[in-house]
This record gives sequence, structure tokens and C-alpha cells, in this order.
Amino acid sequence: MKVKVISRSTGEFTRERSQDLQRVFRNFDPTLRSQEKAVEYVRALNAAKLDKIFARPFIGAMDGHRDSIKCMAKNPNYLKAIFSGSDDGDIRLWDMASRRTVCQFPGHQGAVQGLTVSTDGSILVSCGSDCTVRLWNVSDANVADSDYLSDNSAKPQAVYVWKNAFRAVDHQWDGDLFATAGAQVDVWNHNRSQPVNTFDWGSDTTISIRFNPGEPNILATSANDRSITLYDLRMSSPARKVIMRTKTNSIAWNPMEPMNFTAANEDCNCYSYDARKLEEAKCVHKDHVSAVMDIDFSPTGREFVTGSYDRTVRIFQYNGGHSREIYHTKRMQRVFCVKYSCDASYVISGSDDTNLRLWKAKASEQLGVVLPRERKKHEYLEAVKNRYKHLPEVKRIVRHRHLPKPVYKAANLRRTMIEAERRKEQRRKAHSAPGSIMTEPVRKRRIIKEVE
Amino acid sequence: MGAIKENSDDEMDEKVKKYLRGEAANLEGLKDKKLKGQLAVREDLYGKSAKTAAKIEKWLLPSEGGYLEAEGIEKTWRIKQESIAREVDILSSRNQYDIVLPELGPYTLDFTSNGRYMAAAGRKGHLAIVDMKTLNLIKEIQVRETVRDVAYLHNELFFAAAQKKYPYIYNRDGTELHCLKEHGAVLRLQFLKNHFLLASINKFGQLRYQDVTMGEMIGNFRTGLGRTDVMQVNPYNGVVALGHSSGTVTMWKPTSAVPLVKMLSHPGPISSLAFHPNGHVMATSGRENKIKIWDLRKFEVIQTLPCHAKTLNFSQKGLLAAGTGSFIQILADFSGSQNYSSYMTHSMAKGYQVGKVVFRPYEDVLGIGHSMGWSSILIPGSGEPNFDSWVANPFETSKQRREKEVHSLLDKLPPETIMLDPTKVGTVRAPPKKEKPTKKEIEAEMEAAIETAKDTDFKKKTKGRNKPSKRATKRREMINRAKRPFLEQRTQEHETSRKKHKLNPETEMPKSLQRFVRQKAT
Repeated sequence: MKVKVISRSTGEFTRERSQDLQRVFRNFDPTLRSQEKAVEYVRALNAAKLDKIFARPFIGAMDGHRDSIKCMAKNPNYLKAIFSGSDDGDIRLWDMASRRTVCQFPGHQGAVQGLTVSTDGSILVSCGSDCTVRLWNVSDANVADSDYLSDNSAKPQAVYVWKNAFRAVDHQWDGDLFATAGAQVDVWNHNRSQPVNTFDWGSDTTISIRFNPGEPNILATSANDRSITLYDLRMSSPARKVIMRTKTNSIAWNPMEPMNFTAANEDCNCYSYDARKLEEAKCVHKDHVSAVMDIDFSPTGREFVTGSYDRTVRIFQYNGGHSREIYHTKRMQRVFCVKYSCDASYVISGSDDTNLRLWKAKASEQLGVVLPRERKKHEYLEAVKNRYKHLPEVKRIVRHRHLPKPVYKAANLRRTMIEAERRKEQRRKAHSAPGSIMTEPVRKRRIIKEVE
Repeated sequence: MGAIKENSDDEMDEKVKKYLRGEAANLEGLKDKKLKGQLAVREDLYGKSAKTAAKIEKWLLPSEGGYLEAEGIEKTWRIKQESIAREVDILSSRNQYDIVLPELGPYTLDFTSNGRYMAAAGRKGHLAIVDMKTLNLIKEIQVRETVRDVAYLHNELFFAAAQKKYPYIYNRDGTELHCLKEHGAVLRLQFLKNHFLLASINKFGQLRYQDVTMGEMIGNFRTGLGRTDVMQVNPYNGVVALGHSSGTVTMWKPTSAVPLVKMLSHPGPISSLAFHPNGHVMATSGRENKIKIWDLRKFEVIQTLPCHAKTLNFSQKGLLAAGTGSFIQILADFSGSQNYSSYMTHSMAKGYQVGKVVFRPYEDVLGIGHSMGWSSILIPGSGEPNFDSWVANPFETSKQRREKEVHSLLDKLPPETIMLDPTKVGTVRAPPKKEKPTKKEIEAEMEAAIETAKDTDFKKKTKGRNKPSKRATKRREMINRAKRPFLEQRTQEHETSRKKHKLNPETEMPKSLQRFVRQKAT
């Protein structure tokens, strides 16, 4: 007879010395664990609650400007710094870690309308309503040695005066051209005091401009005549234009999918377009209750942040119709510019109340060095919460956000109005000959036409 | 070589199937492209993780299971425990013993979930906790009262004893922690691990669930089927099954006062009940000396065995132990198709009456509680050879035990998650078919409406307008208003049924009265 019985020797299954780690044995057999789904559900519920407990997104405010902040710029080579320009001509360089001004760049006589940094981080370009473009030298050496107790001020490297006031500026990626937007679109070189090229299509002022991160010769602009125009520098002519029903305040290209861009519009929505196919929006992002003033993509290309006239900052998924997060404070007034930090962890908003505010991109994220076990645990909790986030108890907790009363009421009002419009449309359709009334899809509805 | 490869492929497929936990979702019918893409990625991930789990099994699982093979004309059920003891190593042969305690009554046993500690209770009041690794008696106390059952709570620190009048909860040191007065004179205790619920059935057939973390009484149900002491928990889904003297097996959950399932299993009283760890197979035995093996998904008998059984227990690997008198039979299904046949037998000395058989988790050992004490015998192939430290660790240190307690408290399941099919959590409930509500449902709705009407608060009127008679009439008015739609519906139904009645007079009226039937206008 052959017989064998389970016999475990203590030595094999326990540690040898007290300095060793305890031995852990795994058996992933599902029959050893009962009611796995219910356990996962309880963990998802607890994870949602913990998330809300640890959700403290506001890190700090950077105080110093004396007028509302209209524009910001990121230095792609230096993570901790951000430039901001305000309505009284004051440009400051901030250190986000200590939330203090490192350097000031005085010089503009009127409002600073646009700021941008070249891709190698050496030149800061600023433009303003005093018809000047100023170039400042901001290489690393300059920034790093500053002592932020004394208000350092720098002298501009160059000042170029031109015919009209400027509204926005953007620098080419990996090149040395930058473009300004104003009465027309001008393309400048660092060393020339006059624009290299000028584009003018349409009769109205251009209010925002952005270069494509993937194709350095393509840029998108938006104008007061409710259009979004794409220009190609190689062809030295405008490429395409789409006219919408309302004006676009700002455009941002998706850094990971450079053929797509998202436009922040006056009608409280953001529209994502594929630059090759402008007749239909790829996605409509709805959640703001007032005009969206600025938009910036995260370097991962998966999320973008918007700042709006309704005093809130929202973070959207790149393909999501509704926001995943909303940030607001009693002290934050109209938000005019937002930036997503280059490490995708922070969001900076500049608003009417002369403060720049630093927020966490993920509200309940643990900052600082996270141990590998902690990180694994966070990832597990996130995954299990996403698996069960459609169940009512979990959904109620995950979705819950406190909205300021004016925003809440305005959102309700908008919803009622949209519902009413929709109901009327449905009834009109139901009571007319089938096929005589065609509803346009939402993605097309706000576009008037596309022009070559 | 080809045949061996095929074999191993089949084995891998089996293993992968085990880790997949069910069928893949059918994505054909989905029209939403985004959702379809997301789900396809997920399904792919599940497939990959199941394959990886199957592949690493051979490195991750250190031990192999036990087995007993007979050679030549030998049969496994003739092999005695002494011959097994001669073949195995000393450590394992220590697990075979008889502890004789004749004065203190029939003994019941309970093991902790990691198989390390055992609580033994003699009918005459003897409670003992033994560490099975070292066979060390940790504590024994004499409570000087009848003790009918003992059950461990979530770890070895706490156990509950069903004493003469009430159940008590004791510490490992023998200190009495709680006296659970509400339960009454309990006959059987069972602990639901994931929910931290102590279930008890008492002399009057009342089933009670108590949450041992907060002490809250979750459910208190009158079964209505009399006194019974056959109770088992299904480890797969947490339902409690009771076997009654009428031969019915009822299954209960803590949130409903009526049983989930009532099945008539045996022509006579049920003598015992056991659940297979996979939750789909149940064994019941009745006084007519038959053991029935049930498939719980279809509620059908798979097999009937002619065997006496006063007590039944399934092991982790699916072996069934049946004990009666002083004889114990172990049944096993070798083919995997739920066809049980005799595997081993064991007969004890003549006077020993078997009270309870319990397999020890993660060991090839069967514990027997009988009228003269308790014994332990070796059953090769009954225990799971590879344990998971995060589920149950027989080599647990006190620090690990404390951490595990905290984690399991955080993961404590609410009592609402107990259901017949535990995989339904998180799934979408199919929309109810628009059937006409049955009479019972309509009555239930009416009762509910009347209850809400009774609950309404009235405005407090002043200046002499708040007379009690007026309040009473107002209340009656509200109740009538709540009842009105149901009564109208009822009268309408009566009208229609009466009209229908009238319309078929030919079938009902006797032939002589046919001439008075109203003819339909042709």
C-alpha cells in the first residue's frame, strides 16, 4: 500500500532568525476564498470613503500680484517654476515649492496679455496691450542663483514694438519662431525686430494662439468672429477654418495625440476636434456654467484642466463628457488662466483676485515619496473602486462634490432649460411627419460651417 | 511525446478554468464601441492573469496532497489506522490518538479555520482548548452546566459555548466575556466568518443572528418547524441550513423572515447535514439510513447512498465522513463526477458512540468527538496541502493574528450580502417582466400603503380645533384614501370577471335553461 499524509515541518514554514522576514505562502485557488465579490464591494465602499476623507486638493496660494492674472507660462526644463503676468504689467517668476516670487520682470506699460517660454527654456517672450513684445533671458543659471528674499528684477534682452496691441503669444516647439495674436497673426524670429510672416484671414482680432506639439509648423488660433483657424507655416497660408456659434477663448493641443485639440468655448462647453476632420467635434465636454476661459492638457494627454468665468476649475478626462473633479474656493474669483504642471501632479490656476493657486491634480493623492507597498495599495484601491463605481452606494460617494451655491443653482437652471428644449424638440418630432425634422448630433450642432 | 503534451495541455486548461471563475462575457451584442473596447481589454487581462496563475502553480505551491493507494487485491476501505501509522513519519503518526474522558459526557469539537487550535466541549460542562501543533492543553474549565455545542469565533482567542440556559462567549484564558441572554437555550451554534455573525438555533426552533463585533442582534426568526439541532453554514455563500424533524431542509439568510429555500429531502427526520466547500454540493442523511448527495444549483439529488449516518462532514478536498454508532466511513469521489464510493473505514471500541466528526483544515486528520472523549485518525488526501497565508495560516504569529483581525474587520461583509448565488453582487438586475401582480403582492402593497397612511403626522391645530374625535376621523379618512385605489381595482376586476362569467353561459347554464341565454347579435 502506498500512503502519504500531509506533514509540514515547522522549520520549512517559519523564519529561521528573528531578523528574517516572515514567510508568506500563496495559493490563489478561488475555492479557498468565499464571497470574493462581496469582499471586493466592501473594499470599494471603504476606498470611496477614504478617498473622500483624504481629498484635500488645495495646497496653497501664491500672493504678490497687484492686479488680476491674465496669463501663465510653464518652463519645460524646470519643473518648479511658473511665470505669471498680470493686468498691471507685472511678470513674476514663482517657485512653486515655497510659493514665493523668485524674480520679477518689470517693463510692460499696460496689461501683459501673453507669456510663453521657448522649448529650451532660455527665453521668455511676453506680449502686452502696449503693442510691445519683450524677450527675457531666463536660462537655468539665472533662475537658480536667485535669492528670493530680495526682489530680483531682470532687464529684458530685447523689446520689439509693433503696430497693434497683442492678445496672445506662443512659441514654436523645438524651433526659434514664436507667433503673436492680435489684429492679425504675426510670426517672429528671436533676432528680428519685425515679424517674419503675417497671416490675416477674416476681419476680426485673433484672441488665442497655440503651436502644435507634434508638427512644429502648424498652429491653431481662435478669433473674435467665432472661428478656429489652422495655419501652416510651410505653406505660408491659412489651412482651414471652422466657424462655431460662439467664440472660443482658448485652445490646447493634446500632447500625446497631436492631431487632436480641445477648444474652450464661451458657451460653457469644451469641444475636442480632430484637426484633420473639423466638420464634427470628437467630443463635447459639458459641465461649466459660465464661459470657459482657459484650458491646458496634462503631459499624459489623458486629462485636461479648464478654468472658467464661473469661479471654478474643473478637470476632465480627454474623452469624457463630464468633469471628474471640480475645485473652488470662496476667495477664488473668475479664473482666467490654468496650467497643468509638467509632472502631471499639480494644477495651477490664476484668477481675478490676484492670486495663483496650486492644487493637486488627484485630490486624495499622497504627496512625497510613496513606499512601494503604499503605492500598490493605492493602485489596488483605485482599481477596486473603479470596478464597483456603478453600484448605487459607491456611486453616491464617488460622485459627491460640494458645489458653491451660485454654481449649483446655475447648473440646475441650465439643466431645466436644456430639458425643456429637448422635450419640445421631441414633441415637435412626434407630431410631425416622420423624417421631416432631423435632430443634429450634439457634436455638430455648434458648428456653423467649415471653410477651406 | 505527443500524448504527454496533450495531457499537460488538458491539465493547463483545467487549471486555467479554475482561475477564470466563470465564463467570459459575451461582447457580441454590444453596440457601444467605446464600452466594447474597454470590456475587450478587461477580458483579455483576465485571461492573461488566469494563465499566469496556472503556470506559476508548480513553483508557488510547495506541498503535494496526501494519497492512499491500495496494491494488488487490497482494498482501501480495509486498511486499518495502525497499518497507516506504520508507514507514515513520526510527526504524522502523532496525530492519531484517542483521548478517553468517560465521565464528562459526549464531546463535540470545533477547529479554528487554520486548523491549529481545537475547542472540545463535554456535555457535562468540560470545556478545553488544545493547540494541535504541540498537542498542548492551553486551558480547560468546568462550567458545571450542560454544554451542548461549542464554536470558535474569528480566531483562537474567542469561543462560544451553548450552555444550559444561554450561550456564553469565553476568552482563551477561560474568562467569561459575554452571556448572550437573548438567544435562550441554544442547541447549535455556527459562526459566519466573513460577516462576523453568530447564528444559533434554540430549543423552541428560533434562529438568531448576532453580530459579534458590535453585539447587535441582526435577525430573530421563528422557524415554525419545531425543535431541531441540525444546523450548518454553507461556507460558499453564508446561508444557514437547518434540518427539521419533518424531513425538510430550510435555508435562511439574516435579512428575511421566511426561508430562502425549503426542500423536502427525507421521509423522516433529518439526522445531519454537511456542505462541500465549493458550495454546490450538500449531503443530508435521514433516519431511514440513506445519505443523499444534492446539487444545490438545480436542487436535485445526484446520488443516494445506503449508509447510516448520525453525523456528516466534508473535508477541504471533498471527502465525506459519515459517522454512526462506533463506526466511521469515509466516502470519496474519484472520478470528479460526484459519484461517491467508500474510501476508508474506521471502527472504534464498542462502547464509543460517535457524536460529531470534523475534518481538521489543512491537515489529513479527522477529529471524532464521541461519548468517551475524542479521537483523531489519519485520512490521507483529505486536507488542502497548500495554504494561503492571507486566508488562514497554521503557523501564525501573534502579530500576524492581530493584523489579520484588523483586516478582516475592515472587510466585514454586511448581512445583506448573504444570498444563494454570491456572484450576483455587482451584477445588473434584469428588469422585472411586466406581469400582473399576484393577489399576494397586491395585498402586500395595500398593507404597505395603509402603513404609510397611518404614519402621517398631522398639523398641530390650536384654539380648540384639535379635538381627539376630529383627529380620529381625519386618520380614518387618510387610511380610506390610501385604500381606495386598491378597492376600486378590486371591484373593477370583479366586474370584468362577472362579465366574463356572463359571456360564457353556454358552458355553465344547464341545458334546460339554454333558451334563456342572451344571444349575441349576429
